[in-house]
Amino acid sequence: MNTVPLSVRLAQRGLDSVTLLVLPAVLCVIGLFVYPFLYGLVLSFAPKTGGILANYRKFFADPFLYDTIGTTLLIAVPATLLNTVVSIPVALRVRLMAKPRLLTTILVIPITLGTVLVAEGLLNYLGPRGWLNRALLEFGLSDHPVRLVHNYWGVFLSLVITGFPFTFLLTQSYVTGIDPSLEQAGAMLGARAPARFRRILLPLLIPGLTVTLCLSFVQAFSVFPSAVLLGAPAGPTRVISIAAYQAAFEQYDYSMASAIAMIMAAVQVLIVVALLAARGLVYRGPAGGGKG
Amino acid sequence: MRRDEGILGRLWIWAVWALVGFFILNLLAMIASVVVNSFGTRWFNTWLPPGYTIRWYAQAWDEFQLPDILLVTFQVVGAVVIVSGLIGVPAAYAMARRDFPGKRAVMLLFLLPMLVPPITYGIPLATVLYQAGLAGTIWGVILANLVPTIPFVILIMIPFVEQIDPRVEAAARVFGAGLRQLFVRVLVPLLAPGILAALLLVLVRTIAMFELTFLTAGPTSQTLVVALYYAVFAAGVRPGQSIDAMAVVYMLTTLAWLLLALRFVNPAQIVTRAKT
Repeated sequence: MNTVPLSVRLAQRGLDSVTLLVLPAVLCVIGLFVYPFLYGLVLSFAPKTGGILANYRKFFADPFLYDTIGTTLLIAVPATLLNTVVSIPVALRVRLMAKPRLLTTILVIPITLGTVLVAEGLLNYLGPRGWLNRALLEFGLSDHPVRLVHNYWGVFLSLVITGFPFTFLLTQSYVTGIDPSLEQAGAMLGARAPARFRRILLPLLIPGLTVTLCLSFVQAFSVFPSAVLLGAPAGPTRVISIAAYQAAFEQYDYSMASAIAMIMAAVQVLIVVALLAARGLVYRGPAGGGKG
Repeated sequence: MRRDEGILGRLWIWAVWALVGFFILNLLAMIASVVVNSFGTRWFNTWLPPGYTIRWYAQAWDEFQLPDILLVTFQVVGAVVIVSGLIGVPAAYAMARRDFPGKRAVMLLFLLPMLVPPITYGIPLATVLYQAGLAGTIWGVILANLVPTIPFVILIMIPFVEQIDPRVEAAARVFGAGLRQLFVRVLVPLLAPGILAALLLVLVRTIAMFELTFLTAGPTSQTLVVALYYAVFAAGVRPGQSIDAMAVVYMLTTLAWLLLALRFVNPAQIVTRAKT
């Protein structure tokens, strides 16, 4: 008997009954994620009227539609940059704390509560009669209530409230991955704090920061509830997800809605690819810093 | 090592902490303003409302049909937690223990739904579910919510499985345990802390998942967060205090589970997941 049974040969390649346990999960993700995405892509090329590219042509011909890309970028890019830049010094400080758990717990709260609740909270807090404006008037920092809701700043601040904890926790996980002895060695050789940051920590953090930037940007770019509730959804904060939602659920044009969703995904992919390429220009080396 | 910082260094440290303090102050004040408003009789040009009452809660309970919404929320969340556990844990076991052709592609398949934002894939997903006649029902909402949670359970569970000594499983096999017995008698008891952590996080994330539920829910399959969105969206129809009463109910439901979850996991895991 020279022939080895098929089941044994498959098992040698790692395929046996245990491997099959992965199948239900794979089928679920394919059925509920990959298939709808491909379906949407095909559907976007089958418009209600016109040729194959009619949806895309319509999108890029109508300023009411194509302006949403610029509007969204104008909100998402500054918020992402602010959150990421601020999270670096904070994460470096928190790294030296003995018990950072209370702080991280507080910061997890806005992420857990989600954008809808943050929008309702900020409507109260930042509104013309809210505590923030009351404090500004009381301390004489302003002689009239500052308008912070139902405009650009409402959406921007909601992206900071939910986005900063997110970028901070990501950055912190990369910062704690850096071996402290590297910085100690730098200090022993006479490097002061700014030099240690520039020459040791920052280069090691660049790969992690790129990932943080990508994830935070993608989240900020898909802002939806706060742009409707806290912003001016007809004008300055008409973001691309609002356009997609209106096409699907107000005009019932699923083909156009899919096309807008695909454009949204394409912009996200473009920015992420650009960020990863930029990292390649700035930094070449192992992808993980220190022990990570 | 950190004693070489001069006045500028100390000023810088002070500024960083001041910034963190300012952020937390605003965050807590934002939450407090919702709670205070929900208990206030009426609240105009003063720091605090002149009187307190709980009648807004009674009003919200009736007007927003909170009992129905809470029931739907717990049905959806319960189903999502159970199904993603039943599908995710065995898949994580297979991913941790076997090296098979195409494993990297499968891993990418599990990572994608967690990286792509829900609103981007939610619209095509809702379209497919509408054509299948499932959107607008509680089943559509459950299916949509499984998309991010199954990969989430898998990615959290893989390191937990890797911590188990394979010889324990080998011993169980030698004594004649089949795959089912191996899971029920050996793996689930050993993995219990990991499963508990993963499922609690799924629970918290599903209660707060707005986009997917919003895109797939009908009038009778709204969860609490979607009902809250509609209430804020139509603000002015009902008094702000009763919307805030509903917001407080939502906060309590979410934060109670979050506090429970934090007994088992590190807060950072909620964002960064387990290292893959």
